Amino acid sequence: MALDNKIPQGSISSKWTDYKDHIKLVNPANKRNIDVIIVGTGLAGGSAAATLAELGYSVKAFCYQDSPRRAHSIAAQGGINAAKNYAGDGDSVYRLFYDTVKGGDYRAREANVHRLAEVSVNIIDQCVAQGVPLAREYGGLLDNRSFGGTQVSRTFYAKGQTGQQLLLGAYSAMNRQIGRGKIKMYNRHEMLDLVIVDGKARGIIARNLVTGEIERHSAHAVVIATGGYGNVFFLSTNAMGSNVTAAWKAHKRGAYFANPCYTQIHPTCIPVTGDHQSKLTLMSESLRNDGRIWVPKKLEDAQAIREGKKKPTDLAEEDRDYYLERRYPSFGNLVPRDVASRAAKERCDAGFGVNATGEAVYLDFAAAIDRYGKEQARIHHLDENDAKLVYDLGQKVVENKYGNLFQMYYKIVDENPYKTPMMIYPAVHYTMGGVWVDYDLMTTVEGCYCIGEANFSDHGANRLGASALMQGLADGYFVLPYTIGNYLADDIRTGTISTDLPEFVEAENNVRSMIDHFMNNKGQHSVDYFHKKLGKIMWNKVGMARNEKGLNEAMEEIAALREDFYKNVKVSGTAESFNQELEKALRVADFLELGELFAKDALHREESCGGHFREEHQSAEGEAERDDENFSYVAAWEYKGNPREAVLHKEPLVYENIKMVTRSYK
Amino acid sequence: MAKSALLKSSIGKKYWMALTGLFLCVFLVGHLAGNLQLIFGTDLQFNQYAYFMTSNPAVKILSYLTYFSILFHAVDGIMLTIQNKKARPIGYVKNNAASNSTWQSRNMAVLGTLLLVFIATHMTNFWAKMHFSDMPLQQQTVSQAVPMTDQKIDLIVYNTTTGSFIAQQQVESGEFEIRNNKEFYIKGTDVKFAEGYKDLYKITIEFFKDPTYGLLFTIFYVFSMVVLAFHLMHGFASAFQSLGANNPKYNGLINGLGKLFAIIIPLLFAIIPIYIHFIK
Amino acid sequence: MNLTLKIWRQKNAKDKGQMVDYKIGGIEPDMSFLEMLDVLNNELVEKGDDPVAFDHDCREGICGMCSLFINGEAHGPDRGVTTCQLHMRKFKDGDTIYIEPFRAKAFPVIKDLVVDRGSFDRIQHAGGFVSVNTSGNTQDANALPIRKDNADKAFDAATCIGCGACVATCKNSSAMLFVSAKVSQFALLPQGRVEATERVLNMVEAMDNEGFGNCTNTGACEVECPKGISLENIARMNREYLSASIK
Repeated sequence: MALDNKIPQGSISSKWTDYKDHIKLVNPANKRNIDVIIVGTGLAGGSAAATLAELGYSVKAFCYQDSPRRAHSIAAQGGINAAKNYAGDGDSVYRLFYDTVKGGDYRAREANVHRLAEVSVNIIDQCVAQGVPLAREYGGLLDNRSFGGTQVSRTFYAKGQTGQQLLLGAYSAMNRQIGRGKIKMYNRHEMLDLVIVDGKARGIIARNLVTGEIERHSAHAVVIATGGYGNVFFLSTNAMGSNVTAAWKAHKRGAYFANPCYTQIHPTCIPVTGDHQSKLTLMSESLRNDGRIWVPKKLEDAQAIREGKKKPTDLAEEDRDYYLERRYPSFGNLVPRDVASRAAKERCDAGFGVNATGEAVYLDFAAAIDRYGKEQARIHHLDENDAKLVYDLGQKVVENKYGNLFQMYYKIVDENPYKTPMMIYPAVHYTMGGVWVDYDLMTTVEGCYCIGEANFSDHGANRLGASALMQGLADGYFVLPYTIGNYLADDIRTGTISTDLPEFVEAENNVRSMIDHFMNNKGQHSVDYFHKKLGKIMWNKVGMARNEKGLNEAMEEIAALREDFYKNVKVSGTAESFNQELEKALRVADFLELGELFAKDALHREESCGGHFREEHQSAEGEAERDDENFSYVAAWEYKGNPREAVLHKEPLVYENIKMVTRSYK
Repeated sequence: MAKSALLKSSIGKKYWMALTGLFLCVFLVGHLAGNLQLIFGTDLQFNQYAYFMTSNPAVKILSYLTYFSILFHAVDGIMLTIQNKKARPIGYVKNNAASNSTWQSRNMAVLGTLLLVFIATHMTNFWAKMHFSDMPLQQQTVSQAVPMTDQKIDLIVYNTTTGSFIAQQQVESGEFEIRNNKEFYIKGTDVKFAEGYKDLYKITIEFFKDPTYGLLFTIFYVFSMVVLAFHLMHGFASAFQSLGANNPKYNGLINGLGKLFAIIIPLLFAIIPIYIHFIK
Repeated sequence: MNLTLKIWRQKNAKDKGQMVDYKIGGIEPDMSFLEMLDVLNNELVEKGDDPVAFDHDCREGICGMCSLFINGEAHGPDRGVTTCQLHMRKFKDGDTIYIEPFRAKAFPVIKDLVVDRGSFDRIQHAGGFVSVNTSGNTQDANALPIRKDNADKAFDAATCIGCGACVATCKNSSAMLFVSAKVSQFALLPQGRVEATERVLNMVEAMDNEGFGNCTNTGACEVECPKGISLENIARMNREYLSASIK
């Protein structure tokens, strides 16, 4: 099947307006007879559910958590971009569009990104109207900050909890509709299969996680909004429950999976301390605005620090290597995430890592404290040569800006980051890849939509800071409600879809046999045992830097691990009750398939771009080398029964409005 | 909606707890001011105060308000407590509540119940006697010069509310008779000549100096005042919070005032029985 | 570290449940409390026993999914953290640790340490929103200036993660801190003021109907709240409710 991205004709800035002007509409009386299933209630799913219900559709929303408010969008810290140009610093829809495409290393679809930039301004209006308490200045107007190395201040924020506030905004909009009976909410439910009737997505099979019941739910369209698949690495900043299952089931039912290898590794996470670790904690990128990143210049110093014989504060200035400032003098510590992450890995691989595991670099605030302290001393006409006074003043400034992050670091690491530099290391944070969708956000399965991080989306090969929240809400509030209406307009006479159709029976049996297999398996290892092994393979061979040999090995190892998993996994408890081990087993089964496709995608993409770095494709100085001639396309994979047999479909990426250049941050 | 909200809702009930509680705090101040005359005033002054408290119409309205407040505070409190118990049918095996709240704040119901017992006892001992039982009337010994001699004789007289005296002799001799425990009538007529003061002072002193039970009563009263102190220690500031008065600017003041009130008022109350029992 | 764990085990909502003792060794001080439970569960699974069910998700203190009443305190002995942020360095080798579910009539146990906090959602359905449509065609975000201190206070109230520690801690299982945080957030913003009267009446009614207890102002909720939601919010709700009741 040839991929049709359905991008409307016309100039880039009028495509979306023209599209909206010409789509089919559903009249209000008919909307209530149309059911829409939404799986996932994060920013994308939550906002879509609220809006579709508001429009009059009968919405059924599903989440695996005990409340829609807990979706992992809540953990986003930094902010949300919008081309409001409140700061008057030259921002515009075009600039946001341009920055996003460039930041994505020219692997995103122009038309989608432009639309995203257009609706970004509505998001802020919408959220403020909903009572989202975004940060304000003393004049009472919204505050903006610069984020992730952009040249304009377009990021709106709510301290370090922007994702939380935006999600609670969407949640409140959902609550209003739940209260009105327009959304039927299914908490603690997990989608385990997609049901396709006559080529159209018509329902899902879900497991009630409290009772273990397998339920059939029908609808005229199904929307997958289940977020990213970073947990394929076991350790990531994702929530423990974040999984690929819904997206993967859609993939197995015919939805192409695009660019799985594009993974964002976030540079400022708290390093791993040992094998027991279950999860990594991110600290906002904003820390890099004031912190300086370094490792010891001499190997023996790094060794001494690892052994606890030296402290970072013992090292003189000339014994420190501020490697980002050294390599990228113009952007310094503010280089994009992928560049910063790889540079940290490069230093640690060379033996300069600073914690017991050798996988950590310093993020030092001493200079910032000193700079701010002196500034404050001058403002208040105090003695700027009084070291203690300057330190105290400076510490107060830093505390005001980053207090909650420092507190979080202190709680986890048990070291005072005001006194000793923080230790950080990159961790898997976001997946740009996902289910392939066209301009309408529809997958290759008719009637099955995919929104938010779950789709392959608008970020190309690398996502800019504060853009994930923007995309989730744009898809849910302002894009999907139009595009899905265009599709559902043909369904007004269909009537309720029966759940007794053979397709539902088949899908349910499919789920039941999978569950039966796990429950009856006489294995000896827990699900986590396999998940951790998968994570190690992924991190070591499909992580920040990849090469052909490693990727081939990874594919073999993952396939072998998958076989071992089905043979030797042990799931205790019963299927007909609350059973967290079973939940995990079902999720890890899908990760074990995705992981292999992930490696296959990385193997086939013979270039370095954004979050994908192939060691074979780097310059003499170690910079990524993109191959626009051969790889300027979206790699959409079709499921063929085994991940390694997946068939590649290419969607060429055409840039009519932006000139492709090499990203340089030197 | 609004009407039942104020009576039936959880928050409405708390408003009433707070309002009645604060009113009772005001009552305590008045009551204490009067009681302190047991130490600093004469017996006459105290009995005059007692008379005032039972006869002045404005005070009467206040006293009914007080009875009502006590009852409402207690009944409301009991209802709240029952609801609160129902809200957690299965308790914790281990609960380290001391780490997050004060003992008194968690035990207001217990403290309140003890206070209710105290109030009942206290009212039986004094209030009921004052209102319903035979009580001696306030008397005074005056020296009277015997006419045409240099001698003086002591005369026992009743004080009356008009400020005049009626000699005990005049009652004994049948000139006057006492009706309703306190009114002096000209014998055989319906002419009310004057009204005496019930001698609550004497009753009080005897109560705490009772050779058999005086010490016990004193201990019981002092203990009850400790209970009151704890009840107020939480209750005073808590009432403000229930009524929505919480402003970081003034919270220190309210809390400080509450603590001060909770210590000083019960302390002064407690000194009275101690003083009577041990010093007087 | 070697520890003795006393954990509430309850098969399902109807089961009576009881405390069960477990011995566990090899615990590192750097582990989080939930990672310690992961170790226990791994052992239980490999022995073929039913692992201890507990709620958790983000493991960074923001989703509000994790709960647990640890040694008599919601989210354990540390302050300003959720259970997932509690680290084993807060305990000593040889300690006995009590682990119980959040207890309240309105939070029935589903299994072991997992409780149903749907009552919180239902209170939000009653009024935890501003009735604005989601068209995006509202007025410009900067059309209404908002005093910074009000915006900041609204934000502070809005940081509630809905974990239920306030209810679990309160001797009366009162949900006042949770409800007042939402009421306050909207009451402090002009967008929310419009519906303030109905909101507070409806949300408090929903709260009462769920079977939560009353507020005794012990302040325990504020102490145990991982996000430090202030009692000021309860007072604000009391004011809002009073003025709404007499309207």
